[in-house]
Amino acid sequence: MKVLLVDDEHELVSTLAERLYLRGIQADWAISGEEALTLAEKNTYDVAVLDVKIPRISGLELKRRLQAGSPATKFIFMTGHGSEDDFKNCAAETGEGCYLVKPVNIEDLIRKMNELMKGSGD
Amino acid sequence: MTMNWNWELLSETGLQFFGEMSASISHELKNVMAIINENAGLLEDLTVMAEKGMPIDPERLKIQASRIMKQIRRGDDIVKGMNRFAHSVDEPLRQAELNDTLGLMCTLSGRFASMRGVTLELEPASAQISIVTNPFFLQNLLWLCLDFAMSVTGAIKKVVLKAEKIETGAKICFSKLQELGRKEPGPGSFPGEREAALLQALKARLEIQKESGELHLLFPAQAER
Repeated sequence: MKVLLVDDEHELVSTLAERLYLRGIQADWAISGEEALTLAEKNTYDVAVLDVKIPRISGLELKRRLQAGSPATKFIFMTGHGSEDDFKNCAAETGEGCYLVKPVNIEDLIRKMNELMKGSGD
Repeated sequence: MTMNWNWELLSETGLQFFGEMSASISHELKNVMAIINENAGLLEDLTVMAEKGMPIDPERLKIQASRIMKQIRRGDDIVKGMNRFAHSVDEPLRQAELNDTLGLMCTLSGRFASMRGVTLELEPASAQISIVTNPFFLQNLLWLCLDFAMSVTGAIKKVVLKAEKIETGAKICFSKLQELGRKEPGPGSFPGEREAALLQALKARLEIQKESGELHLLFPAQAER
């Protein structure tokens, strides 16, 4: 499984990527939508984990642009807010099960990614 | 005096401001906790590996510990800012040091600026500039001006803030607003009803300098109760 992590908190995504690597999951990370799109031009990702609120390009907009280039990629949203609006918007994009509130438990995240890969994420 | 204030609008805009800031602060704190969570998790992962006989470089442990400490300091700064902001409603009139207030507003607005890709730069004044005013209304007005200023930076993507002492009191200047003259008037235009109500309550005046791309807020040395 190849994963893309996107969040404007550098230390969050880099450490999460390292922890996923220790569990045998290859993860690239980006701290902006622009960086994520550049990575997605060169790589194909099975799952993209996106923060809902990132500078300039929102997580929802980034999801649409990544999906346009790679329709098979599955998506999980992470948010710090956990607001009703965020939940509704993300659920409309990916289904209720693909929305995680920070701080995220890594085992929950991996379980969610595996469910998505098996096609039972919703 | 205060009887002529638009209390309904002041309350509405005040609550909205309080809500926006609180949501932003909670988001920042969630990020701090998320980073601590990952760093502590990685420490745990390394410990499990050590238990299985894999050597751990002590330097690696030091890095993890220092990352956690850094986030604790960040969280502490956020909470201190939140506390100062919360106490701004304690008294209707109080002495406010404007450099200090601008610093707090830059901290509280940091995430909003970052989301728009805008940098906030506070130009420090050479001396303390204090006025007696309503601290909460002052912060609310500064936020509305800053929110507008961030929308008219153009390609510069920067807002420079500076407080100055003037004969009648004090001035706060928002500069580098490249598209200030290009903003079309219309619904939601600036200044609107909310800004007008706050300016009235603070006995302040707003000047829009389109040619130089600057907003000036002029405050009396002492607002009326």
